[in-house]
Amino acid sequence: MKLRADLHIHTCLSPCADRDMSPPAVVRWGRKRGLHVIAVCDHNSAENVEAAIRAAEGAGLAVIGGMEITSREEVHVLGLFKDDRALQSAQEVVYENLRGENVPETFGEQLVMNERGEVVRHNSRLLIGATALSLEEVVQTVHRLGGLAIAAHVDRPRFSLISQLGFVPAGLGLDGVEVCSDEPPAVPEDLAVIRSSDAHRPEEIGCRYTRFLVERPTASEIGMALHRMDGRRVLS
Amino acid sequence: MTLKDLVQELGLEVRAGGSALETEVGGGYAGDLLSDVIAHGRPGDLWVTLQTHPNTVAVASLKGLAGIVLVNGRQPEADTLQKAEAENVVVLVSALPTFELVGRLYGLGLSGMRT
Repeated sequence: MKLRADLHIHTCLSPCADRDMSPPAVVRWGRKRGLHVIAVCDHNSAENVEAAIRAAEGAGLAVIGGMEITSREEVHVLGLFKDDRALQSAQEVVYENLRGENVPETFGEQLVMNERGEVVRHNSRLLIGATALSLEEVVQTVHRLGGLAIAAHVDRPRFSLISQLGFVPAGLGLDGVEVCSDEPPAVPEDLAVIRSSDAHRPEEIGCRYTRFLVERPTASEIGMALHRMDGRRVLS
Repeated sequence: MTLKDLVQELGLEVRAGGSALETEVGGGYAGDLLSDVIAHGRPGDLWVTLQTHPNTVAVASLKGLAGIVLVNGRQPEADTLQKAEAENVVVLVSALPTFELVGRLYGLGLSGMRT
């Protein structure tokens, strides 16, 4: 099957995202945009993933749980996970390595919501901060938990692997890179390239997406497509 | 002025490339975005940074920098040291923060401008 996937969407848990990005709103917009798969990737946290998965039940939209992890070099890496257990383990590692408290007046509110879009609690951690994990440690952590590690928006001048570290380090073992423009990125040719929205506002959802040829709308299948295994692949 | 002079004047810790301390230093550049240093670093510059990642060594090699000084007492990663020794890139550590270190380097006659 050919799937349209937007694998980098924030919710109102990210301090820099719109309050309107409630888990059900994200699902609603994802459907409206004709997406088949979305990944919820808030900064250093996955606490709105479960609500998004619930909101998407029966909606014909698959939700992959993820996180946009900030390495100590301030490189953003998307971690996409196959199940809740792996996601929770990743969350623990990230929280153990993340210092500081959020200042909502400065950085924005960090709302944890349920599947109906009601505020359950405020996350008080400094989610916009950098973890103490090196880029290599982030990738290793994601892989140890069976997840996919994708360098986020490598063609942006801020918080990207290329802006922070100049080039993709040899042997890093990424599963792919994400870009925000149509220009080919300055990365090794064997790395899969995906496009996603990095949406912080509802109308941005699906403004960029990647088409995959896969059997099912799951993180495992997307991983196979990124590595061109068993006929799965990235279409465009 | 050589790296050795700066090590002595500023009490820098030599972590790698100790055999290349006679290298002449032509100026300085401070920055933590490697993409920026690739764009603006010049051969012979001493690079002041807080980044400890192994890619710093490749950037120093690529640009022909005189050496790298890590600030705030940050220690290079093990891979960084290994790579630096292999490529004979000098890695130094200063206990000072960037502003103070750059000020002292300037006071010793290093400039960020080239005429």
